[in-house]
Amino acid sequence: MTQSLTPTEHVILNMGPQHPSTHGVLRLQLELEGEVVVGCRPIIGYLHRGIEKMAEARTYPQVLPYTDRLDYLSSSSNNMAYVQAVEKLLGVEAPERAQYLRVISLELNRIASHLVFVATFANDLAATTVFLYGIREREMIMDLFEMWAGARLTQSWIRIGGVAQDIPDGFVDQAREFCRLLPKRLEEYDRILTGNRIFRARTEGVGILPPDLGLDYGASGPTLRGSGVAFDIRRSEPYEAYPALDFEIATQPTCDCLGRYLVRMEEMRQSVRIIEQCLDRLPEGEVTAKVGRTIRPPAGEAYGRVESPRGEFGCYVVSDGSPQPVRVRFRAPSFFHLGVLPQMVQGWKVGDVVAILGSIDIVLGEVDR
Amino acid sequence: MNPSLYQRLVTWCAGWGLPAWFFDAVWMVAMAAMVTVFVLVTVLVLVWVERKISADMQSRVGPNRVGGRFGPLQTVADTIKLLLKEDIFPSGADRVVFWLAPFVVFVPTLMVFMVLPFSGKWMVADLNLGVLFVVAVSAFPVIGLIMAGWSSNNKYAILGAMRAAAQGLSYEIPLVLSMVCVVVAAGSLRLGDIVSAQSGGRWFILRFPLQLAFLLYFITAMAEVNRVPFDLPEAESELVSGYHVEYSGMRFAFYFLSEFAHLFFVSAFCATLFLGAWEGPWLPPAVWFLVKSYAIVILIMWIRWTVPRLRIDQVMGFAWKLLVPLGLIAVLLTGLMKVRGLG
Repeated sequence: MTQSLTPTEHVILNMGPQHPSTHGVLRLQLELEGEVVVGCRPIIGYLHRGIEKMAEARTYPQVLPYTDRLDYLSSSSNNMAYVQAVEKLLGVEAPERAQYLRVISLELNRIASHLVFVATFANDLAATTVFLYGIREREMIMDLFEMWAGARLTQSWIRIGGVAQDIPDGFVDQAREFCRLLPKRLEEYDRILTGNRIFRARTEGVGILPPDLGLDYGASGPTLRGSGVAFDIRRSEPYEAYPALDFEIATQPTCDCLGRYLVRMEEMRQSVRIIEQCLDRLPEGEVTAKVGRTIRPPAGEAYGRVESPRGEFGCYVVSDGSPQPVRVRFRAPSFFHLGVLPQMVQGWKVGDVVAILGSIDIVLGEVDR
Repeated sequence: MNPSLYQRLVTWCAGWGLPAWFFDAVWMVAMAAMVTVFVLVTVLVLVWVERKISADMQSRVGPNRVGGRFGPLQTVADTIKLLLKEDIFPSGADRVVFWLAPFVVFVPTLMVFMVLPFSGKWMVADLNLGVLFVVAVSAFPVIGLIMAGWSSNNKYAILGAMRAAAQGLSYEIPLVLSMVCVVVAAGSLRLGDIVSAQSGGRWFILRFPLQLAFLLYFITAMAEVNRVPFDLPEAESELVSGYHVEYSGMRFAFYFLSEFAHLFFVSAFCATLFLGAWEGPWLPPAVWFLVKSYAIVILIMWIRWTVPRLRIDQVMGFAWKLLVPLGLIAVLLTGLMKVRGLG
């Protein structure tokens, strides 16, 4: 029997832009048959601020704080991609100490971002308590950021040619204390969430992203690694101090929400490993290379790419030799993940849409720019 | 209440030349007022307890300003705020049904409190069909939920109402089956008899096949009061807040009130059916009753703040594939035990 006895109409449900689980101002136009999703259209643009255009009217250092506002959960990755592109244009390399400090910053930010992921993902599945646990641990990272940058969220600590200033006294100890504490807290999450049968039932086999589909749509980061593709820019095109550091790329072959969750949990453990190595080997020396007061890169173009917590974050900068860039363009991983979302939610229920959307961990700040 | 007191008051009124029906009317209003006040106070306490417990579990502080260090008056302040809010009818709403729905949900929730045996003497009405009355009346609010969802002219609300209807009706069956076990064991539908069948510490939860019934009752009760993992009709992260998404101010407060009143009722009823109601040493019976009820309430809250939410098909599958067969087995076992005189 292919046809239902009673003809039913599909219901269009606008999920968002104001909705507790769309992680920002995203609107999903869902086409529902009862509770089952038969169509999904993500509608974006509610957070557009014209950052790329604004960058064309600012000097190179002035652009940097705007990049904080892209993926606001991992501002240092954004800083890094932009700085990397500008440094390529300038032909400058940061001093070794700055390179290690940058890696510490990037990895701390990765943990902070993944903690927010675990928190909000659990909250989407109504495990409210885990939400507050995740935020509690993130607070320790925020305190560390406050120590070195003065800001907690929008750091702009990674600067062209190095970092803003050297780490303050007591930072290393506090960072070590955090690295000691976090694995224990992650075990706590495993006990309350990962092993929970309801959590398993809600995530296992849900929202399948086949690896070839993910690659076709330009997915990257944990979303792609959750489908078993071991693609990580830290390994395939290493930058800063990464070549010297020992870490593993976490992958899961299951392609489902649980796989993406487990990849992020493992990445936090790997990030702790990386930070500990950096703290052990932190070389002495300067933290800024000499770049001059006015930054005038020679005419040309450059592309900086980093592994942000969400995937490949890229920044393309074109210079004409003036103190202002001609064009700055960002490649935001969330944008591509949002593109493949309609295929992932097809045939699942409204409750699963929330879980799947949570599992690809988008940030609308970088989608809309 | 105390029947002898009732008798004496009737005679006293007759002495003043007042007809019996007049006295009965006054008596009923007084009882209704007492139950209502009790429910309101209980809800005020429960909301505060829930906020404190959840805060404790989530390493937060919880209410800590209004009325002292532990914020005991926080709920009062919140209620005043809700009272002062603007009364909004959403555009396109079916005004009559929208207005009526909160009452259809609230009134039955209040009515079931009539049969709760707080102690041997404190009981508004010991109906000879007590259990049946509870089952019948507490199935009623589902209609109110559908009314709310339908009249709101909101897609989230209608989805929530659909879920509420499906879930409420499915879980009614194992719930009734678990009660049937108790009724069979006690040999009566009257709550007074059910309690006296458990007298002397022979609580039903301690007698063999009824542990299964207790488990069934506990799980289905959680589903009946829409608590996580069964909070699908509200599902904040999916349906924003489900069937009452368009309600604000005092109308919303009615849903909130019903929810917590119902939570207390299912816990108190659980204490009545399985934990020997007011039975216990040293303390007065009514205190024991409240202690047992609150213990169940806190257990439900504990679970609510620990586990994630199920999906609608999982919820339905759980009810029909597991709970209903288990309920039938429990009834069968109880019957066998009863026949062999072991129960």
